[in-house]
Amino acid sequence: MSTVDPSLRDDIIAAIPNLRAFAISLSGSVDRADDLVQETLLRAFANISSFRPGTNLPAWLFTILRNLFRSEYRKRRREVPDSDGAFAATLTTNPDQTTHLDFEDFRTALDKLPSDQREALVLVGASGFSYEEAADICECAVGTIKSRVNRARKRLGELLAIEDGDDFGPDKTTRAVLAAERA
Amino acid sequence: MNDDQSEGQSATAEAFMNTPSRGGGTALGTDIQAKIGQHLRAMYDDVVRQGVPDRFMDLLAQLDKAGGKTPEEDGGGRT
Repeated sequence: MSTVDPSLRDDIIAAIPNLRAFAISLSGSVDRADDLVQETLLRAFANISSFRPGTNLPAWLFTILRNLFRSEYRKRRREVPDSDGAFAATLTTNPDQTTHLDFEDFRTALDKLPSDQREALVLVGASGFSYEEAADICECAVGTIKSRVNRARKRLGELLAIEDGDDFGPDKTTRAVLAAERA
Repeated sequence: MNDDQSEGQSATAEAFMNTPSRGGGTALGTDIQAKIGQHLRAMYDDVVRQGVPDRFMDLLAQLDKAGGKTPEEDGGGRT
């Protein structure tokens, strides 16, 4: 049994908030996400000897979490988010620059994406991983990640443009300016 | 993420700042994509800002007490 190096332990703790956010996006449930993070931590500590110091710790942890989720996913489908949605349940503050209504639409649209597209979008667009790192985590080619991200944002764009064109598209003033520029 | 902060951020920026070359070079597309990026990050960061819930600190304390012996001893590698 190996004990975990204190600085490595600190790095693992520092990754927990990101692991939770990723887990919520995967599972659609805060409770489920926290269980996933707990399993991930247990697994990481049990197998810490297989982590090579100097390599990408967050990517290693994300890979463990994703694999745990995938193996569980075969047994049961993604939980249907509670009526307010998993992310809404975690909202503690009103995020800047956005209205609650915008968020409702966004979450609804995000839930409509296929899970492989959603996870690619979250890894690259929110977790801050490079395409290469996301490809490692998802165990697929870089080109596959790029294509999933492209399809995800295209689909989201379509959903949001249709559902809430006024909030997501340019407002009337912007449209007028754009029209004027084209004229 | 730690190793490649700048690269990671540039991928993030690339994912949302540039309009995809296929099919959508319009100002409308760019605007929507920027909003999508903002919303996604705002949603994600709201969870991140909550920090580390107590249950995880308790768990780590238990693991420490166990002297490196983890409750889970399946030796499953990276699963």
